Amino acid sequence: MTISRRGLLGASAALGLLSACGSNTGRDDGGSGDGPKLSQWYHQYGEQGTEQAVKKYAAAYKKANVTVQWRPGNYDEQTAAALLTDSGPDVFEANGPSLDQIQGKQVADLTELFDGVKDDFNPAVLAPKTYDGRIWGIPQVIDMQMLYYRKSLLADAGVQPPKTLDELVDAAKKLTTKKTKGLFLGNDGGAGVLGGTPLHAAGLELVTADGKVGFDDPAAARALGKIHQLYADKSLLLGAPADWSDPSAFVQGLTAMQWSGLWALPTVQKELGDDFGVLPFPKDGAAGKPSVPVGAYAAAVSTRSKHQQAGKDFLKWLWIDSTERQEDFALAYGFHIPARISLAKKAEKLRKGAAADAVRYTTEYGHAEPLLWTPASRSAYQDALSRIIKDGANPDDELKKVVRKVSAELGRVKKTS
Amino acid sequence: MTTAARDDRQATGRRKLWGHQNRTLWFWVFVGPFVLGLGIFTYIPLGWSVYLSFFDAHNTVTPSDFVGFGNYTAMLQNEAFTDSLWTFLVFSLFIVPATYALSLALALMVHRQRRAQAFFRSVFFLPAACSYVVAALIWKMSIFNGVRFGLANTVLGWFGGDQIAWLSTTDPPWYWAVIVTVRLWLQAGFYMVLFLAGLQRISPTLYEAAAVDGARPGWQVFRHITFPQLKATSVAVVLLLVINAFQAFDEFYNLLSDSRGYPPYARPPLVYLYYTALGQGQNLGLGSAGAVLLALIIAVVTVGQAKWFGLGKKEAE
Repeated sequence: MTISRRGLLGASAALGLLSACGSNTGRDDGGSGDGPKLSQWYHQYGEQGTEQAVKKYAAAYKKANVTVQWRPGNYDEQTAAALLTDSGPDVFEANGPSLDQIQGKQVADLTELFDGVKDDFNPAVLAPKTYDGRIWGIPQVIDMQMLYYRKSLLADAGVQPPKTLDELVDAAKKLTTKKTKGLFLGNDGGAGVLGGTPLHAAGLELVTADGKVGFDDPAAARALGKIHQLYADKSLLLGAPADWSDPSAFVQGLTAMQWSGLWALPTVQKELGDDFGVLPFPKDGAAGKPSVPVGAYAAAVSTRSKHQQAGKDFLKWLWIDSTERQEDFALAYGFHIPARISLAKKAEKLRKGAAADAVRYTTEYGHAEPLLWTPASRSAYQDALSRIIKDGANPDDELKKVVRKVSAELGRVKKTS
Repeated sequence: MTTAARDDRQATGRRKLWGHQNRTLWFWVFVGPFVLGLGIFTYIPLGWSVYLSFFDAHNTVTPSDFVGFGNYTAMLQNEAFTDSLWTFLVFSLFIVPATYALSLALALMVHRQRRAQAFFRSVFFLPAACSYVVAALIWKMSIFNGVRFGLANTVLGWFGGDQIAWLSTTDPPWYWAVIVTVRLWLQAGFYMVLFLAGLQRISPTLYEAAAVDGARPGWQVFRHITFPQLKATSVAVVLLLVINAFQAFDEFYNLLSDSRGYPPYARPPLVYLYYTALGQGQNLGLGSAGAVLLALIIAVVTVGQAKWFGLGKKEAE
C-alpha cells in the first residue's frame, strides 16, 4: 500500500491532535467523587499494595474527584520542577517541603488543619514542616534508620554490639573476613546516608536552634575521622548490587552489620528469624549520645492549584481525620511508624522485639534534618564527607570549607524570610 | 482522448496545485512545524535561560531580583563546578583518542575482512543501538559490582586477586575503568561505520600507485595513503567525539549516583548543573549561569578545533 503525501499530512495532523489529547496533567482521568477534580501525587513506594491502598483512599473521598498519580523515578526533582508550572499536582507528597518551596510560596499554609490535634503529631517530624510558626505539610508516616547486626556473626567473632563509635570501628574490623565485610553504610561509604548522624552522635547539630552552624567544633572532625578509619581498615562493604536502603547485602551474609531503615525490618525478620538485633548509631565522646535519623514525607497543597481549599479539605480528611487509614498506610503494607503519637502507641506490630526497640530509639534519640539545612548545604557537606571518608582528606580543613558554605546559605535564607 | 493526453492533463493540474508557483507556501508547510518546534523548545528556553542567569532565581522561572554577573562569579568561584570541568577534561583527554583509535582499528579490520564482512560490521555496530542507561546499569550491577559474584571480581578471584569496589574506590580511581569501557563499548561501533565509509571512498588507484612505487603494505601504506585520505572523516569524528564527551551525562549519572546524591569525583558539568538547577537545589539562576558558561566553553573549543583542523578552509578558497 502506498501513502499519498496528502494522506500522510492528514495522518500527521490526526496524530498531532491525538497526542495533544494525551497530554496528561493527571487532573481529568478517573476519580470517583462529585466535587472539583484534584490530582494527587505520590512517590513510588517499594511495598506491595501501597499504590492500591492510596487509590482506595482517594476513591472513598466523596467531596472531590481525586486522581492518584504514582510516580516512579526521581520524585523530588519531578515535584520541584512541576511546582514551577500550572500542570503540577493539586496535592502531593513532599520530601519536605523544602525551605525554598515555602519561601517561594509554592506550598499552602496548612496550620488551620492541625487545630486540636497538633500535639498528637510526633514533634521530631512536625518541626521540619514548621516555619515562621506555620505548618506547611502534614507528616504521613515516620521513617527511621538504624544499625542492623547479625547476632551469630558477632558471637563467633567474640564481639559485643557496639555502644560507642570506637567500638563500632573495632567491631567492624574484627568482623571482616575474606567473604564478609564488617559494616555496610552504603556504596558510597556512608557519605550520602549518614548525613548529620555522626555529628549528632558527637553531641553536635547541623543547625542550632538559633539558626547557626552547629558543627563548627573539633568533635565533628574527630567523629568523621573515625568513619574514614572504617574505610581505611577495609571494614566497609562497597559496591553491593543493592544499596543501603535494601537489606539484601545483610541477609545474604555480605556484611555482618548494615545501616538501613525500619522498612527493611519485615524482610530481615523473614530471612534471619531471631538472628539479628538493632541499634542506634553509637555515640562518640563524653558529650555524645546515640543517634537515630528520622524523616517523614508530608502531604502538601500546591499554591498553583485552582482548588486549594478543596485540596486542604481532602488532606484534612485523609491525614488528620481518617486515623484508621493512616494506620493502614503505615503498617498494613510496609513498615513505618505512624506520625500520630496515639496511633504509634496502639499499633500492635510495634510493641515487641526489634520493632519496639526501633520505636524506643526513635523517641529517645530521633532527630530530623532541620528545615534550614538546604540542598546546597547538604551537597557541600556530603562532598566533604565523601572526601574525608574515601580520600582521607583532613576533616578539619574540609569542615572549615563546609562551615563557610553553610553560613552563607543560612545568611541567604534568613535574608529571604 | 488518448491515455497519454489524459496523463499529461492530470500532470499539468498537479503542477498547478503543487508546482513552482507556490514554492514558498509549500516550503513553510513542510519546514514551518519544525522551525516552530525549534523556536518553542530550543531557542525560547535558551534565551530564557540566559535571562535567568542574571537573576536570583530560587524555585522560580519568573524571577525579580537582578544580580548582574553575580551568578557567573559565584559559579566560577565554585570549586564543585571547576572540578567538574576538570573531570570533563580528564574524561575527554582519554575517551576521544581511545575511541578514535579503537574505531579506526575496527574499521580497518572489518574493511580487510573478505568473508562475513556484514556480520562483523553488525556485531561491532550493535552496541550503538543500546541505551546508555541500560548499558550503565549492566556495567554497574553485573560486571563491575564490588562483591565477590560480580563478573570482574569473579575473574580476579580466579587469579587470586582481591575484590575491588570498582565504583567506590578513589585511590586508585577504578571508576574511570568502568566509565571509559562502557562508553567505548557503546560508541566505537558507530564511529567504525564512519571510518568504513571513509575507507570505501579511497580510490584503489592510489594503493596501486603506491605498490608500483614500492610502498610496503601495512604500516607504510596506512601512514602515507590511508591515514591522510581519511582526514575529512577524522576531523568529523574528533569533532563529534569532543561534543559527545561534553554532553556526558547518562552513564556517569547511572553509574555513580544514588538516591542521596552523587559523589564529588567523576562529576561532569552536566551532572553538576542538573543537581544545581533541576534537582532539589532548584537554583535556576545559578544553574543557567553554569549552562551559559558551559555553552561558551563548548563553542570556543569547537571553533578552535575547527580552525586547527582547517575545517571549511578548502571550500572557502
